[in-house]
Amino acid sequence: MAQMTMIQAITDALRTELKNDENVLVFGEDVGKNGGVFRATEGLQAEFGEERVFDTPLAESGIGGLAIGLGLQGFRPVPEIQFFGFIYEVMDSISGQMARMRYRSGGVHHSPITVRAPFGGGVHTPELHADSLEGLVAQQPGLKVVIPSTPYDAKGLLIASIRDNDPVIFLEHMKLYRSFRGEVPEEEYTIELGKADVKREGTDVTLIAYGAMVHACLKAADELAENGINAEVIDLRTVSPLDIETIIESVKKTNRVVVVQEAQRQAGVAANVVAEIQERAILHLEAPVLRVTAPDTVYAFSEAEEVWLPNHKDIVEKVNSVMNF
Amino acid sequence: MFQILNDDGKIVNEEDVPDLSDEQLKELMRRMVYTRVLDQRSIALNRQGRLGFYAPTAGQEASQLGSQFALEQEDFLLPGYRDVPQLIWQGLPLYQAFLFSRGHFHGNQMPEGVHAVSPQIIIGAQYVQAAGVALGMKKRGKKNVAVTYTGDGGTSQGDFYEGINFAGAYKAPAIFFVQNNRFAISVPVEKQTNAKTLAQKAVAAGIEGIQVDGMDVLAVYAATKHARERAINGEGPMLIETLTYRYGPHTMAGDDPTRYRTEDLDNEWEKKDPLVRYRKYLESKNLWSEEEENKVIDQAKEEIKQAIKQADQYPKQKVTDLMANMYEELPYNLQEQMEEYKEKESK
Repeated sequence: MAQMTMIQAITDALRTELKNDENVLVFGEDVGKNGGVFRATEGLQAEFGEERVFDTPLAESGIGGLAIGLGLQGFRPVPEIQFFGFIYEVMDSISGQMARMRYRSGGVHHSPITVRAPFGGGVHTPELHADSLEGLVAQQPGLKVVIPSTPYDAKGLLIASIRDNDPVIFLEHMKLYRSFRGEVPEEEYTIELGKADVKREGTDVTLIAYGAMVHACLKAADELAENGINAEVIDLRTVSPLDIETIIESVKKTNRVVVVQEAQRQAGVAANVVAEIQERAILHLEAPVLRVTAPDTVYAFSEAEEVWLPNHKDIVEKVNSVMNF
Repeated sequence: MFQILNDDGKIVNEEDVPDLSDEQLKELMRRMVYTRVLDQRSIALNRQGRLGFYAPTAGQEASQLGSQFALEQEDFLLPGYRDVPQLIWQGLPLYQAFLFSRGHFHGNQMPEGVHAVSPQIIIGAQYVQAAGVALGMKKRGKKNVAVTYTGDGGTSQGDFYEGINFAGAYKAPAIFFVQNNRFAISVPVEKQTNAKTLAQKAVAAGIEGIQVDGMDVLAVYAATKHARERAINGEGPMLIETLTYRYGPHTMAGDDPTRYRTEDLDNEWEKKDPLVRYRKYLESKNLWSEEEENKVIDQAKEEIKQAIKQADQYPKQKVTDLMANMYEELPYNLQEQMEEYKEKESK
């Protein structure tokens, strides 16, 4: 076992797959010689050559099209979109094209593409870098959307994403890139897509989260424990499709739920989680399922992040409402 | 403008006459006549409700078929929505082309050995994808090209520029066609751009561009052959603008060209009809007769009739079919829905 940051675990996963499968291609803006704006692809071009790891012109839509075309020639493209806020430029390639390739060709073609993109707040980025837009892609049939919160999950999920023969959107929270280290096996391993992980077991209330909010939930759970409330924390890890089994099992145990996301209330995937719970486990609920989210404004100007982004205090407060319903 | 045959079917550019055998020259004519009949029948079948979405092709035969004729079987086609004829001549069975029109997934299932994707509805998307296919071919060391088509209106899209620019930056073996039929639905090409030609847009990508008489099948063939040779020799992509015209409406979904086109313009372009001029050329070489033409027409009508029958007999789509084509392995939500619909379909 090695101690790695999440970004190191991501690089390690990319290296593993570049080594394992000669069809894997890593490309994007500044991912080659420069090793990526966050060093996620550091050293990969030097190790695998320009044929495998290469820079592209500055055009997200072109990058998406390039990935689709390379996929049609039997490659396994792992393109990077520098910041997920730039997804609007490549929305057609992702949702209009690669997501539909298998279906529209009646299974003749497919798009074994993993789109990597950083997102997430708390690091004072400029405009349209930190926006949580996973809700947009989670609504597109044909995609899977993966969001890791730990170095261990990041490596196993990224390897699984790259090996998946359908398109996966792999979103990397910028605040989690280097904020802590975790144990990561040096050998290859995969984590099944569509499987949530119970990050903390509890009996009184279920906190369902993903991305940076997993850590906010864990912090909130510690605080709640001091007041005798034993919270279970579920890290969704894949936000589309959802791991219904793990969610419902927990709800049946705790009977109370708060869904936590960094995205605005009208965005993200929390509403979907709430809907699934009420359809499948309403008789197990002692209180309504409440949501912790950002307010429904455009993403905050960077100086306002602190007052705008949801945090562990918001979670504690919401749990108290659910407990005292 | 690059031209080999003038409106009267006379060779005006001896130097560039492509090296085609008599049989190949005749085959080109057969295909153009066949495709003209296919267009007439498709419009009629659409009016009878026996076809769905249909974008007429009459007038563009030289542009569509002259270019396809220069391709090899291993080349990869990324057509736009009007480019069904190229797919058919590349090997898509006619009944599947009809199923595409009607909206059946089997119409999009390219048979083994037909290297193509189904017609692209999002104007420009085929361009960025072609850059990727071409780069893939280059990486595989294949001596093949990716070929894609858009219209005059499509040259205003961002993906149009990104596609040619990416292919240029990677020196990828792609041929980008712009079939300039002067109208994007009702909007004339003059309203798309102030550029005097569309071929000159290649300059922005630093690639070669050429404007071709798109009513001259020999010129289109020769230009495509040239672009293909350059591409497989590692000299990068090329942009080919074919000046052409559609005699019919934009699509059969209620477009009425008399609202935006003058009779004078229609008449002017009818004089340039690619079939008329090429027929004159072949007749001058004693390679074509009315009898041969009628034979092609009869054959086309018969095959169209059979293909429509075959399309009629193809099994109807079920929701479970649509689900099965979504992913290699179904995620939980689709597994659940699959059970639900299996149950419904069993009743």
